[in-house]
Amino acid sequence: MKAAVIVFPGSNCDRDMMVGIEHSLGRKPEMVWHKETELPDVDFIAIPGGFSYGDYLRCGAMSAHSPIMQEVIKKANEGVRVLGVCNGFQILTEAGLLPGVLMRNAKLKFICKDAHLKVENAQTDFTANYTQGQAIRIPVAHHDGNYFAADDVLKGLEDNNQVAFRYCDEAGNVTEEANINGSRNNIAGVFNENKNVLGMMPHPERLCDPQLGGTDGKPLFDALVEALS
Amino acid sequence: MSEITMDVVKEHGLSEDEWKLCLEIMGREPNLNELGIFSVMWSEHCSYKSSKKWLKTLPTEAPWVICGPGENAGIIDIGDNQAIIFKMESHNHPSYIEPYQGAATGVGGILRDVFTMGARPICNLNALRFGEVDHEKTRHLVSGVVSGISGYGNCVGVPTVAGECEFHKSYNGNNLVNAMAVGLADSDKIFYSAAAGVGNPVVYFGSKTGRDGIHGATMASAEFTEDSEEKRPTVQVGDPFTEKLLIEATLELMETGSIVAIQDMGAAGLTSSSFEMASKGGVGVELELDQVPMREEGMTPYELMLSESQERMLVILKPGMEDIAKAVMDKWDLEFAVIGKLTDTGNMVLKWHGEVVGDLPIDPLALASPEYDRPWVKTERPAEVVANEVESNIGRIDALKTLIAHPNFASKRWIWEQYDHMVMNDTVGRPGGDSAVIRVHETNKGIAVTSDCTPRYCYQDPHEGGKQIVAETYRNITAVGAQPLAVTDNLNFGNPERPEIMGQIVGCIEGIGEACRALDYPIVSGNVSLYNETNGQGILPTPTLGAVGLIKDIDKCATVAFKEEGKAVVVLGETKGWLGASRYLEIICGREEGAPPMVDLAAELKTGNFVRAEILGGVDTCHDISDGGIAVAVAEMAMAGNIGCSIDIPANVDQAYAWLFGEDQGRYIVTVDADKADAFVIKAGEAGVTANIIGKTGGTEVVLGGEAVAVAELKNLHENWMPTYMAAGE
Amino acid sequence: MKAKVHVTLKNGVLDPQGKAVEHALGTLGFAGVGEVRIGKYIELELTDEAEKTKENIENMCKQLLANTVIENFDVEIVE
Repeated sequence: MKAAVIVFPGSNCDRDMMVGIEHSLGRKPEMVWHKETELPDVDFIAIPGGFSYGDYLRCGAMSAHSPIMQEVIKKANEGVRVLGVCNGFQILTEAGLLPGVLMRNAKLKFICKDAHLKVENAQTDFTANYTQGQAIRIPVAHHDGNYFAADDVLKGLEDNNQVAFRYCDEAGNVTEEANINGSRNNIAGVFNENKNVLGMMPHPERLCDPQLGGTDGKPLFDALVEALS
Repeated sequence: MSEITMDVVKEHGLSEDEWKLCLEIMGREPNLNELGIFSVMWSEHCSYKSSKKWLKTLPTEAPWVICGPGENAGIIDIGDNQAIIFKMESHNHPSYIEPYQGAATGVGGILRDVFTMGARPICNLNALRFGEVDHEKTRHLVSGVVSGISGYGNCVGVPTVAGECEFHKSYNGNNLVNAMAVGLADSDKIFYSAAAGVGNPVVYFGSKTGRDGIHGATMASAEFTEDSEEKRPTVQVGDPFTEKLLIEATLELMETGSIVAIQDMGAAGLTSSSFEMASKGGVGVELELDQVPMREEGMTPYELMLSESQERMLVILKPGMEDIAKAVMDKWDLEFAVIGKLTDTGNMVLKWHGEVVGDLPIDPLALASPEYDRPWVKTERPAEVVANEVESNIGRIDALKTLIAHPNFASKRWIWEQYDHMVMNDTVGRPGGDSAVIRVHETNKGIAVTSDCTPRYCYQDPHEGGKQIVAETYRNITAVGAQPLAVTDNLNFGNPERPEIMGQIVGCIEGIGEACRALDYPIVSGNVSLYNETNGQGILPTPTLGAVGLIKDIDKCATVAFKEEGKAVVVLGETKGWLGASRYLEIICGREEGAPPMVDLAAELKTGNFVRAEILGGVDTCHDISDGGIAVAVAEMAMAGNIGCSIDIPANVDQAYAWLFGEDQGRYIVTVDADKADAFVIKAGEAGVTANIIGKTGGTEVVLGGEAVAVAELKNLHENWMPTYMAAGE
Repeated sequence: MKAKVHVTLKNGVLDPQGKAVEHALGTLGFAGVGEVRIGKYIELELTDEAEKTKENIENMCKQLLANTVIENFDVEIVE
């Protein structure tokens, strides 16, 4: 797998993403500055979390128009795997690569804690190392993670198995209580139609290392490495 | 005609004597620009004029100290050519006026102090103190301050990993926001602020200068009155996005080898940064103020020198390196301007479109910086509270439930879940423990960080209270298995012109100094915040300490949570049942009084060494005993691990509540295998440490001498207070 | 009846958001944009029994809608 991590002004999980990928890949991905207009030859692009452009105006809005994003969109349309985490997810929706938007959390506060996610589609290059319906523990850290899409869009997502993860309790039950940010249908992550683009609010790169208290994020990167080598 | 009247002098916070001294140094009447500079350089905030005499008595040296007080932050060696750079600083007054921006800019400022010296910030802490929970402003202040810290810290991508939050009526009109930043640097790549090299360019980078917080530094040194809410200066607004760019740009600039000296523009902005850099380097400086990047039209030299606009840096470059530095700033879209040069005149010369608008001698001004030996009276240690004279009509379980749900004990999860405490992927010990543990990136080392203060002890007996804070940080660092290395102090007090307040300052500093010396645990950086009082009512003396310790192998750490059933629960240190100034006496008996517990520093050292050795040897569960005594400590351990325990009260104890809730110092609770407990006690004895087996872990209840409460019930009480309280204001 | 409230930053107070947007517009190639400052627009539906004087709305602004330490507000009442 040849991987790149895009760095925007205000990205702050770029190093975390690099380390997360390195745990599975065994070497560091390339770091690509947002002012670049060309991407190296890669088959996996990660858009990390953070506060690109300070999250001013709308989260991800200004980054979605960065020079490099035109290249990312092109590559995504060619089938390159693209993962957007947290602010990366917001950027992918603003760039039109994923449906829906991320609104302010229902309780209006920033939330940083471990969340449980139910794996809704284990048939993709991102999720193949999880089992269908498995409950995994992945941290969230966001202010704007409340997933919204119109009814028809939502129906399309559900019908086409584009929901990747839903917030659930420890046992895997998708409940109102487990919905930490008010997302529609408890959605924590979605694929594009072709399942080569994944956006998710929780941070898999934050739990790839037993010293940090868990490794439930690692199978995601392992699966990508396996699929792309 | 003179433009400086005595009213103008007074508005600038200079006393009559200081004004005379100013005239003497200048040899003429200063103009307004010059007076402004005198005003900020001699303000309490910049000059430490009331506290300097006493601060000098603190121990600041140890073999592992690379840089003590006097620079932007303190630096300690953690081996392998790595250094930890850290400091705590207050932003009390600004946070009271505008809690969100006040707290946010507090975080920004302390981060700059750390990365200015070459460190990448690796974690933030904060110590917050608010007024009574039912005071009308408290909720608003808590909400604003926490959002401000969260908004700024989360955006810059530095994890906020530990802190404290306490409520007391003495903070009703003066909340305290003390922020600490910790950074990691290579020991051989540390940057200092002393300017050098006549002719070298003085360069400005970061954000533009606006009219933010003109006179913030002098405000921070004046007591509040009823109408000061009306006299708000322009509040500084923080821009964490620019700060993030500034961190990256500064660290990148440092890699280019172009820097001679560097300093952030903090309180009193361009004045104190340029003045201090020149003063430390023994050189003169000439500034072309019209070259400063400005945000607004019509700004004057006076405003440019005194503006407290955030996210700005001043650097002395090596000659000819301007283009290299500018390229870095262009990459990060930051302002860059050459605004002057170093000279050999020993003077600070300010120019405005070629015309001299200020000319001050640097050394005389710095050397004449006032230092006061303010009159003080010693706080007399109050009478001791005798345990069997304490009337308590409440059972031990009800007392425990009351304490655990009290605002000053209740879980602060509501706060720390709003802070990104995991970004940077090195948070090994998350908030809620004795110390947070941060892995040193790409190593198996870790650092432990904590912040502590027990203002009620300091109020009753400043000297013993000062000792206790040092010991408390020492224990919190030790309890995770780390070697305590050094301390930063953030001394918050009332008006030093009142002898009884000055007495608190002197007492606390002496106590802190004594404990630091005994524990070989120097103070390497600090900040003083005085005049924290409203209408003559001072805050409780609150000398907050932040501490850092080193863990050589982070796989050998302890946490507070009970981990297994059937383990023996052992108390290390002596339990006598000290109730004076305790939380039990205050909350359960309604008595805020009595002599606080004594701190035996020799015993602290012995017990601390023993605890660390045992954690290295495999003890994985440890908690220091502090507020609320044994009962609260075991309850916290049970709640953290979802495992109960049964505690036996020794037969020879007269007052069970004193044994359970007393706050004798120097104690820890550990768990050990039941069959090895007796041997453990003997081993402790051989090391000169008192050890007593007080019970065992297991079940779903906390049982105190036969009376029980479910862990789940305690947890509910403990977790629910803060969300419920904050929701009531929405 | 409706009140339209505009909340804007006071002159001289830094507007990080406006600054970032100004920069992004430039990056996108829009020329001729000077300073950008961002505020809030709030619409209040007013019922008849509310004392819908401008003064009443101004008190709402002072106490809640605007942070008068750093923000100004402007109230317009429309039928």
